Amino acid sequence: MAIFADESTRLVVQGITGRDGSFHARQMIEYGTAVVAGVTPGKGGQTFEGPNGVRVPVFDTMDRAVAETGANASVIYVPPAFAADAILEAADAGIKLIVAITEGIPVLDMTRVYPFVAERGARLIGPNCPGLISPGRAKIGIIPGQIVTRGPIGVVSRSGTLTYEVVHQLTRAGIGQTTCVGIGGDPIIGTSFIDCLAAFEEDGETEAVVLIGEIGGTDEQNAAAFIRERLSKPVVGFIAGQTAPPGRRMGHAGAIISGSSGTAAEKIRAFEENGVRVARRPIEVVDLIREAL
Amino acid sequence: MNIHEYQAREILRRYGVPVPPGEVAVTPEEAEAIAARYGRRVVIKAQVHAGGRGKAGGVKLAETPAEAREKAGAILGMEIKGLTVNKVLVAPAEDIASECYVGVIVDRASKRPVFMVSREGGVDIEEVAARSPEAIRRLTVDPRYGLLPHQAYWLAATLYDQPAQQRACAAILRNLYRAFVESGASLAEINPLITTPDGEVKAIDAKMNIDDNELFRRPEIAELRDTTAEPPAETEAREAGLTYIKLDGNIGAVVNGAGLAMATMDLIKFYGGEPANFLDIGGSSNPDKVVNALRIITRDPNVKVILFNIFGGITRCDDVANGIVEASRRIDMRIPIVIRLTGTNEQLALEILQSAGFGASTSMDEVVQQAVELAGRAA
Repeated sequence: MAIFADESTRLVVQGITGRDGSFHARQMIEYGTAVVAGVTPGKGGQTFEGPNGVRVPVFDTMDRAVAETGANASVIYVPPAFAADAILEAADAGIKLIVAITEGIPVLDMTRVYPFVAERGARLIGPNCPGLISPGRAKIGIIPGQIVTRGPIGVVSRSGTLTYEVVHQLTRAGIGQTTCVGIGGDPIIGTSFIDCLAAFEEDGETEAVVLIGEIGGTDEQNAAAFIRERLSKPVVGFIAGQTAPPGRRMGHAGAIISGSSGTAAEKIRAFEENGVRVARRPIEVVDLIREAL
Repeated sequence: MNIHEYQAREILRRYGVPVPPGEVAVTPEEAEAIAARYGRRVVIKAQVHAGGRGKAGGVKLAETPAEAREKAGAILGMEIKGLTVNKVLVAPAEDIASECYVGVIVDRASKRPVFMVSREGGVDIEEVAARSPEAIRRLTVDPRYGLLPHQAYWLAATLYDQPAQQRACAAILRNLYRAFVESGASLAEINPLITTPDGEVKAIDAKMNIDDNELFRRPEIAELRDTTAEPPAETEAREAGLTYIKLDGNIGAVVNGAGLAMATMDLIKFYGGEPANFLDIGGSSNPDKVVNALRIITRDPNVKVILFNIFGGITRCDDVANGIVEASRRIDMRIPIVIRLTGTNEQLALEILQSAGFGASTSMDEVVQQAVELAGRAA
């Protein structure tokens, strides 16, 4: 098993003819993901030539793409000005897993997108995220396939390259993963740490979870309380931004200490008080996971 | 993006919020002339992107134009939280009968706009929240309907007892919400919202933060950016597509990705060093970005060593390596560089660097320790 993405995933790439969309569509096909359709308004009827002889039909609308291919998941690479509507279009077309890679969507747009998607029973991952990968099964997004390997660890993170760093160390140590999920660095995101923790708890193959958080907001603190109450599996945490100054946005729109809240110290304390062991350096995650297994 | 108080006041005025007049001065003489025009007691307020201006001595009253010149002279050029004051707002001083707080933010937990109001205005709302949370009323807004009339009235009624003031406040709250949404703000607050002795409700201070992600579709708001109010290196970095934040240490770090950049700063600290900056070169592989990053970092005189930490995913390590070699040709670099590259095209990158005379490692901990040691030796 794995969470959210597996062999049954039939993926549409929204923005497949763009620079990022076409590059990553090729990577996902290469990894073995079933990319069944692409959508770019005005380019319906074209064919996207993927690697290994894979030919992907391009449609004008999500509605057509879903009707003709039976797609059940989508990944969004469209520019920020159109990304919010692309998410809504996917939800309207009945897609149940929507992964928004796009960085730079206005947060007020997301205040309207979130309830719309939730009312249609869809799961949104992101925006401003690297997507997810279930090693050996499916990859949705941009996480490099060569740094992961199949195994018993679930990984969930707000970051991109920091996740790669930690996952790469796990893989090099011979510790594989069920699914690695990047939930995104924006203030409003579709899927929280808690959603992922609940899914990993249910997943039969996952034996332990790595949670990589950062400064800003209270998602990690909420996750800590959830872990104590609901998780039977061990969780190892890491928090980035212990040296970040308050009031400054550290790259990610959501990585900001507002006044005195959202600090790394506060999050580390919440983890430790709720039985989550916290790595002080990324490399320590490997040791703590080894001890937990 | 932060905007100044005088800019936020102007936006709110356009949306029908009663804001008293006020003008900006950049010299003591201009402040004097403005005060003379008003012909009454004025308040002179530092226009700087920092809270706690009053406590820092950046807000002063002046009875006469001559005093306005003197007080403006004292405030202009002063430093508040490391930022130099280049502008002051000169406004007629209002007589105050009561002070309230009203504000709206995008709340991460509820994923919606949330209003906060309090009868305890004129002080830092965080202090009120810490000291007496029951003194703050909150209301979550459904962004699809906006702030409804009865909701605005309910909030207003928690602040005022007189019907005329309740109605005036409700109108201000609805206009504040429109200004918040249509400006693409993440925060809009009036602190204090005052009543005058004759019962008028007025906004005498305003603060708005704009969501950077809104700027592409709001050119009139983007124009409000005051590049003289931020460190020049940060302006230069933004224009080059980099995210750079200057810190106080001596190890300049160049990293791809915000999370990894923060983790690198933390690791520097863990090994006893101090980071000189946060710098994220983003996901692109453009060698020019590396050159620009190095140019910005080497301009900071505190920097004693440069540390590269690159995890190649989409970013190709060989492109970064080429950027480093290119930069070393174009920029006169007298400080040591330590490099960590791993991931996509790592082998190729190591070869490029070696043939140009640079050492490189694939371990993050190893290079950070090396950087801390080199910085210690240089200090």
